[in-house]
Amino acid sequence: MSGFTSLSVAMFRGFVRDRAALIFSILLPVLFLLFFGSIYKNTSAPKISLVTVGQVQLLAQARHADPGLGKVLTISHARTERAALADVRKGNNDAAVLQHGDHLVVRFSIADQTKAGLVNSVLGSIVQAANQAASGKAPVFTLSASQVEDKSLKAIQYFTPGLLGWALASGATFGAAITLVSWRENKLLRRLRLAPVSSGSIVAARIGIAVAIGLIQLAVFLAIATLPYFGLRLTSAWWMTIPLVICGILAFMSIGLLVGAIAKTQQAATSIANLVILPMAFLGGAFLPLDFAPDWVRQASYVMPLRYLVTGMQDVMARGEGPAAALPAIGILLGFTVIVSLIAVRMFRWDDI
Amino acid sequence: MYRLVPATITVRDLCKSYGDVAAVDGVSFEVGTGEFFGILGPNGAGKTTTLEIIEGLREPDSGDVSVFGLPAWPRNAALLPRIGVQLQASSFFERLTAREQIHTFASLYGVAAKRGDDWLETVGLTEQAGLRTEKLSGGQAQRLSIACALVHDPELVFLDEPTGALDPQARRNLWDLLRTISTSGRTVVLTTHHMDEAETLCDRVAIMDHGKILKAGPPAALVRELDQPLRISVESGLIPADRAAELTGGHVADDGVSLSIATRDPARVLAGLARADALAGLRVTGATLEDVFLSLTGREYRA
Repeated sequence: MSGFTSLSVAMFRGFVRDRAALIFSILLPVLFLLFFGSIYKNTSAPKISLVTVGQVQLLAQARHADPGLGKVLTISHARTERAALADVRKGNNDAAVLQHGDHLVVRFSIADQTKAGLVNSVLGSIVQAANQAASGKAPVFTLSASQVEDKSLKAIQYFTPGLLGWALASGATFGAAITLVSWRENKLLRRLRLAPVSSGSIVAARIGIAVAIGLIQLAVFLAIATLPYFGLRLTSAWWMTIPLVICGILAFMSIGLLVGAIAKTQQAATSIANLVILPMAFLGGAFLPLDFAPDWVRQASYVMPLRYLVTGMQDVMARGEGPAAALPAIGILLGFTVIVSLIAVRMFRWDDI
Repeated sequence: MYRLVPATITVRDLCKSYGDVAAVDGVSFEVGTGEFFGILGPNGAGKTTTLEIIEGLREPDSGDVSVFGLPAWPRNAALLPRIGVQLQASSFFERLTAREQIHTFASLYGVAAKRGDDWLETVGLTEQAGLRTEKLSGGQAQRLSIACALVHDPELVFLDEPTGALDPQARRNLWDLLRTISTSGRTVVLTTHHMDEAETLCDRVAIMDHGKILKAGPPAALVRELDQPLRISVESGLIPADRAAELTGGHVADDGVSLSIATRDPARVLAGLARADALAGLRVTGATLEDVFLSLTGREYRA
């Protein structure tokens, strides 16, 4: 075995036997994925619930004419108008509906404005359709509307890349920082310096292990998210996530090396790495999708390497863009790696004195 | 000094400062091939810095250091396979077993894994081979760390405070191992702050204090040079102090536990005590390296 191979084997064994590292780099992100995956599983089509008082002929006709309405509407009944309104106020139902002759009365709450708008437009279109049917003429204009994304675009398509990006970033940063500091503390770095093995082999072995760990994280994430229960559908250029993951690992290892060069103790390294990674996870689009984030967060995200890893993975994994869509992100991550590594090398120390 | 065998290590006028502190201040010595050489002194004397410069880990401010006739700085890759280094008991890869550690070091030096197993047996760790190094006792970790330093059978071995944090029993156990590694012509350089350790293990010691070498030579010669009286002591109450003085001609003190006599004529003292049948609990102690240190620095030795 060469120095490179034996160092890689030693480091890999050290990693898989480190329970804390396994928990933080694989188990915890996977639990987050399971948690968010279960919560947001059915949020793609919002439903509205109506409570009716007495006979509401129009609704019954509409449901008869278009069985698809049942997917959007759930209907319950109340005895009195008073009870129905109280129900809406409490938020148990989105609107109360009554029919006085040809007049349809809708009472809704504006506590949930999206639902209020939905109630108005659904019932408005029911009334319109009824009017149109009463006129006995065929409709002149018709409207067909559909979303621009693939119909399958669910929440999981957004936060799988986000959580994976966070897992990769924290795994690579903490791994590199802690290894560097603890090897300096226990003098293994100096011991290795006195063995006939080049610094290049040591660094290459450490990078190799980090990349291997990153690809394991990727595989675990994809295996879970694509389970039918969660329903992630990979788009055609998803394989571009592999080079993206490798470049992301390099970028975050360079941060880890810098942290390890600055920190004197393992505790200090952990604190500094947390200080870097946690804000980045929130502002770089890992925990909160950037599409829904306030403007200042989106602006801030441009200086975070995590943003490019997460959005790059989203583009090729979920948005269905071509392989070339990942190239800008790859370029930025590599450029970042070069700059931060150069700083880290300048600050590097073999020992504490 | 004239030598038939060329010196393995030559150090001349070595200086190294950290800020205003002169850690090593004009140190010169030679270590011959096959010699067991000790650098002895209290903590902070500059032993470790001297060792690290010889190993090629630090650049000296001034002075020359050569190892096998080659300059030690900058780090010379050709020297590395010929030297073995034991830095500290804890300089291991995390969460590997004793066997995995020594196999890793074996392969870094391009040596068969079997040699690692042989060394584990030599240092008495075959039973602990499957234990992670974090679970080893202090003495076991030191043995493993020495085995890792020797796995490629180097001609020159550096041991930095190998018994530093061990209890007295573990230290003595380790001495037996250390004695065996200097056989077969291997040169050993050891730093220690234990005087007794240097005295039992080393062919030659250099006594260091405040970055300077105060004196160097074989421990027995350094002690003999002191020309101190021997101390002979027996149990108190066997013989009155004035009678002992009269019989032996030595300087007598009785502290109620032991009666001790300082003398330069041990034969006469022992004969006198024997005649009085007062030999119970007999101990004869000569000067030690601690007395040498005391006479050189004017202060008690404290590690």
